[in-house]
Amino acid sequence: MRGTSSRLPEIIAKHEQDLLDQWIKEQTSSATRRPDLLSEADLREQSRTLLSGIRNAIQRGRLDDITGSEWQTVREVLNEVSRGRAQMGFSPSETATFVFSLKQPLFARLRAEIRETDPLVDEMWAASTLLDKLGLHTTEVYQKSREEVILRQQQDMLELSTPVVELWDGVLALPLIGTLDSARTQVVMENLLQKIVQTGAGIAIVDITGVPTVDTLVAQHLLKTVAAARLMGADCIISGIRPQIAQTIVHLGVDLGSVITKASLADAFVVALQRTGATINKGH
Amino acid sequence: MERIPILKMGEFLLVTIQVDMHDRLALTLQDDLTEMIVKNRAHGVLIDISALEVVDSFIGRMLGNIASMSRVLDAATVVVGMQPAVAITLVELGLSLPGVRTALNVEKGMELLRVSLAAPNGHADRQK
Repeated sequence: MRGTSSRLPEIIAKHEQDLLDQWIKEQTSSATRRPDLLSEADLREQSRTLLSGIRNAIQRGRLDDITGSEWQTVREVLNEVSRGRAQMGFSPSETATFVFSLKQPLFARLRAEIRETDPLVDEMWAASTLLDKLGLHTTEVYQKSREEVILRQQQDMLELSTPVVELWDGVLALPLIGTLDSARTQVVMENLLQKIVQTGAGIAIVDITGVPTVDTLVAQHLLKTVAAARLMGADCIISGIRPQIAQTIVHLGVDLGSVITKASLADAFVVALQRTGATINKGH
Repeated sequence: MERIPILKMGEFLLVTIQVDMHDRLALTLQDDLTEMIVKNRAHGVLIDISALEVVDSFIGRMLGNIASMSRVLDAATVVVGMQPAVAITLVELGLSLPGVRTALNVEKGMELLRVSLAAPNGHADRQK
């Protein structure tokens, strides 16, 4: 690499305004422009900040390493732009094109400034590597912020999908929907136990109609929940066991002997009512 | 030395653990309680652990042991008021205290003891 002897800093500094205009023109005319999501004023502002950041950084720092402290400001600008675009709903390529579209005006400028072939190729290579790195950084941040969104949604779902409802005085029901993994079991267990304390319920019905499959792990999680509730002084009834699941449980050799199991929530509810001493009379 | 008080209530003994249990305290309680059961010819023991916030495997095992010992001495044991966090910890530790009867609070625990003592063999299961 030519490093400090590169003419790139000087060329960018000299033609910054011109480059910026060209760049924005390039972006607005490109197919990946999203006028519905980002106004031209914002785009102009983002481009201006980034270009001046790059100008400052390459005057002081290395061209081939954007992890240094000189590039701090540039990275922050890119982080902000990338995160913003990820949340607004830009696609990964639309986000990355923001940086890559600077290539065209920059290369055109380099070609106009440097006449000899060899130095020109060298400078273009340097500029290309730099922009590639910045582009990759943008994509990485984009990816990361998307993952954050997914993670948050997972947590939301976790809380949404584990309600504990009070069916009767002293009878709780816990309709489980979706696969039970360790993290969810933890949430389910905590919610149930908390509710037992709050309501002073003596019976909890765990309904697994919505649990698609029961393997040994899920069964173990269920048994743990039942054991914890028992330690607190509440009995558990597992209901909503579908024929397939009953077969699987037996084939797997899972021992549910210590737990009361019922085929449907209705059956479980009747048992629970009997336990609490309530009687059901069919009215006319 | 620090001791956990054991109160006599009719034919039951009431143990309320109000402090953080440490190992020596648990051992002392085990000694005291077995002695009290024999001395008072108690038929029921109620252990209230609602103030217990932290348990380890040792304390968990002690609770189980104390209950088993009481049963050997023909006293039904009910553990009441376990905190959710404690229950989760015990289950994760693999100590689900089989054979120990549990209730949500002292009131329900007393009722459970009365019912089990009223039954002919004195060891009526609550599920009956």
